[in-house]
Amino acid sequence: MAMQFYASPEQVQRDRSEYARKGIARGRSAVVLTYEGGILLVAENITTLRKISEIYDKIGFAAVGRYNEFESLRRAGIRMADVNGYSYDRRDVTGRFLANAFTQTLGAIFTETQKPYEVEICIAQVGSSPETDELYRITYDGSVMDEPGFMAMGGQAEAISNVLRERHDATADLKTALHLAAEALGSVGGENGQTRSLDSKQLEVAVLDRRRKGRAFRRIHGASLVTLLKGEQDVPEGDLGDVDAAPPQQATEKPTVSAAAEEQPAKAPEGDPAEPSDGVNGDGS
Amino acid sequence: MPKDFDPSGRLPDFFVNAGTSSFTQFLTHVSPELLPGRRPLPPGLSADIAPHGTTIVAIATAEGVVMGGDRRATMGNLIASRDIEKVHPADSYSLIGIAGTAGIGIELMRLFQVELEHYEKIEGTMLSLDGKANRLAGMVRGNLGAAMQGLAVVPLFAGFDVSPADPSKVGRIFSFDVAGGLYEETGYDAIGSGSLFAKSALKKKYRAGLSTGEAIRFAVEALYDAADDDTATGGPDLTRKIFPVVMTATASGVHRLSDAEITAVAEQVVAGRMENPGG
Repeated sequence: MAMQFYASPEQVQRDRSEYARKGIARGRSAVVLTYEGGILLVAENITTLRKISEIYDKIGFAAVGRYNEFESLRRAGIRMADVNGYSYDRRDVTGRFLANAFTQTLGAIFTETQKPYEVEICIAQVGSSPETDELYRITYDGSVMDEPGFMAMGGQAEAISNVLRERHDATADLKTALHLAAEALGSVGGENGQTRSLDSKQLEVAVLDRRRKGRAFRRIHGASLVTLLKGEQDVPEGDLGDVDAAPPQQATEKPTVSAAAEEQPAKAPEGDPAEPSDGVNGDGS
Repeated sequence: MPKDFDPSGRLPDFFVNAGTSSFTQFLTHVSPELLPGRRPLPPGLSADIAPHGTTIVAIATAEGVVMGGDRRATMGNLIASRDIEKVHPADSYSLIGIAGTAGIGIELMRLFQVELEHYEKIEGTMLSLDGKANRLAGMVRGNLGAAMQGLAVVPLFAGFDVSPADPSKVGRIFSFDVAGGLYEETGYDAIGSGSLFAKSALKKKYRAGLSTGEAIRFAVEALYDAADDDTATGGPDLTRKIFPVVMTATASGVHRLSDAEITAVAEQVVAGRMENPGG
């Protein structure tokens, strides 16, 4: 029987907060900001695993922190939105409803479990104009904040926020907004406080396009992202990438025989598993 | 709503676990009452309690597929609806048409649309065309109990294959039977009570490598022939300007013919039949 030491509730909460904050600050950052044509979501991400995702017609998701934790929340968000949209109507799925569900869940996890989730989440809902856009920041302990048109999460979010606060303009075009996002993300993390210049391979970029009917979420990648980052010209709207879906794998001829019927490559004869060659039996005798 | 209430306010495990990418499978855990075919029916045949929709045709073209459906729903000898829409986009590259009990068909179609979109969002890739057809077959199979009691629904599924095995076959058509059997069709197919006549009409006209424009015309012709011989299929309604719903799926996505476009085609077909009633 281990000795139980007393720790005051305040102390427990403080420790958990500190643990979660440290975990979140270790990761790379993401920013979300409104612009004239919609909402831009940009994450610093060199992997193919995604930090930014579509949730529903007008709603996007961005997260930082532990991948497995925010991934399960992302799935939950998509599931909730789809159940609601299916049982009521597509127009009845709102960002606020999702933000509420996430705060409840994160709050409960924070108070009830040993280890809090090390995640920070943004739920973004695009409206018909920048004034009607909604950005919710949901933190590890289940608190939620309405953000004024821009937000930064993870890493050195404070410093990145300062850059955005100074220069964010809700009437800017996509190119300008993307440049600001890339610069803000690159303003920290360099050697000796130097700024970094991030290229298209280091960024995951998507928009919620307010002009689109139906599903507004579009990923921007490949050539159109390079063009936008270079800033030579704006990208025509049709090239903004497709919905959140890569094409499926190339089809192949379907096999006409059972896979089990194929000839096995000759393998070295294996010993009988019931008679292990090391002389030790499974039952320890 | 979730079955087992958790006072902590946390989402139930079903929502947050890695689980399945299928919306239908997810619903079986969370809200099975939202699924078609899961409701206990009283014994006996219930075929006549709800409207039926009928003829859908699909034609493969050089660029993809064309699908058309008439606008009539019937209850016994009554016309229940003159302007029901039985052909819908399943996602951005595929189309679904339904014949049979209209209410269940429309529900199945809505569910299928969410199913495809849900997979896309969760996985970040689109299902292959064969994968989509298989999912739909599974959903039809789930309705077998209701089908045995007369509430049968049979879809027709067609789409543009974005990564085909054979580049000359980008438009593909799949038909189903009540038991959830899945069959790929060559060239064209039709379902519903007028399908017999529609298919016979298409048999005489169809050839491989049709252009989309020709296929649209043939689809409307075939629906005209179906309406000619089947009371449950509605022909072009010139007085009310109600014409078939025709949609295409090509490399540029799905497209529904606008009112003006379909009116022009339908009026051409009707004018042609004034000269030659047999088409």
